[in-house]
Amino acid sequence: MLSRRIIPCLDVRDGKVVKGVRFRDHVVMGEIVELAMRYRDEGADELVFYDITASPEGRSVDRGWVERVAREIDIPFCVAGGIRSVEEARTVLHAGADKISVNSPALERPALIGELADAFGVQCVVVGVDSLRDADGEWRVRQYTGDPGKTQALARRTLDWIEEAQHLGAGEIVLNCMGSDGVREGYDLEQLHAARRLCRVPLVASGGAGAPEHFRDAFAVADVDGALAASVFHSGTIAIPALKHYLRGAGIATRL
Amino acid sequence: MAVVLVDAGGTNIGSVRYALQRLGADAALTADAQAIRAADKVILPGVGAAGPGMARLRELGLVELMRSLTQPVLGVCLGMQLLFERSEEGDTECLGVIPGAARRFADTPELRVPHMGWNKLRVERGHPLVAGLGNGPGHEGWAYFVHSYALPPGEHTLASADFGGAFSAVVARGNFHGMQFHPERSAAVGARLLQNFLEL
Repeated sequence: MLSRRIIPCLDVRDGKVVKGVRFRDHVVMGEIVELAMRYRDEGADELVFYDITASPEGRSVDRGWVERVAREIDIPFCVAGGIRSVEEARTVLHAGADKISVNSPALERPALIGELADAFGVQCVVVGVDSLRDADGEWRVRQYTGDPGKTQALARRTLDWIEEAQHLGAGEIVLNCMGSDGVREGYDLEQLHAARRLCRVPLVASGGAGAPEHFRDAFAVADVDGALAASVFHSGTIAIPALKHYLRGAGIATRL
Repeated sequence: MAVVLVDAGGTNIGSVRYALQRLGADAALTADAQAIRAADKVILPGVGAAGPGMARLRELGLVELMRSLTQPVLGVCLGMQLLFERSEEGDTECLGVIPGAARRFADTPELRVPHMGWNKLRVERGHPLVAGLGNGPGHEGWAYFVHSYALPPGEHTLASADFGGAFSAVVARGNFHGMQFHPERSAAVGARLLQNFLEL
């Protein structure tokens, strides 16, 4: 039986883990390797590191900390941030990351997804999607969200993009629902459910976790494969062991 | 003890190497036939596709050598699949030291392929490689899988896992062993299984 995954997300800026509210106003949460090891010890199933300023600054991930994490950690981890080519992805994967996630660069040039899948296999290729509901009720994709000054609203509908990304070779989709991010009122179940209906690869929920019930609902209602969260874990509001026991009690397959 | 990692081009080689270092074993990465033949333990890692994986072993002139090894050999993920006769992936002829063929998981609405995440190992038969897998927190035998092709269970299956039906998660035939999951990314359970291999 495949378990559902609990995935702490570590936003990396200038070599430190930071967290903002609604993608703004970042404060430093701690050292990368130290936090990674803490989450590993608490039973995190996977970690995601977003180098949030890489894409807006037009550079790729610094491989130094990827290698430091890979040496210490024995759970899978994914790295995101400004990866725009097969060569940059290879550097990050060879440094020890298990997967790479692409977001803004895939929107600039969707063929990148297929090139990465051909080079490394779809299992290494995660497509991150930042999505916000517009006034007309449609969910649409946002680009360069790491820097509020550079964030762009695109005409592309979120569900169309998820369909296209899968077709091009995405092995997993992480859907960041920006409207609920950082405010801890629950994942956007409506949007996740809509994405789930057309997503044939693993789907990871992101944005809005504030209480154990939110994780339960993401798994039980929206049927996502993994749930990603940051501030509730960094602040200690939710302890991963207690969360996993709660989920198992609620009938959700959980690794303990 | 000399442990070598066969450099067959997979991208997870660094991770496997670090995992062995955490267990106190410094594994050399090599494609040199002499070094592989002389090693006490040989590990064939690999992330990628069966066709390019076998093509790389052929280019390096390692196909016959791999088949003829007599010391303990461990194939990890794609490396395990390469130990079998064939893979449906690109209709590839593999090393053939264990009978069987890897097949793709069937896509269904319930089965999201690739099979990605932590799945529970079920021990099918006693063997030193799967010693210590039991019940209780931290010992339940959860392992981290990422793959789209799998081997059906058979007489060489030591542990199975379930994803739309049982498949082989740990296999052994003579000195050839395989783990379909990533022990280097399977926390304490993975470390125990790698330690078991080093002690064979």
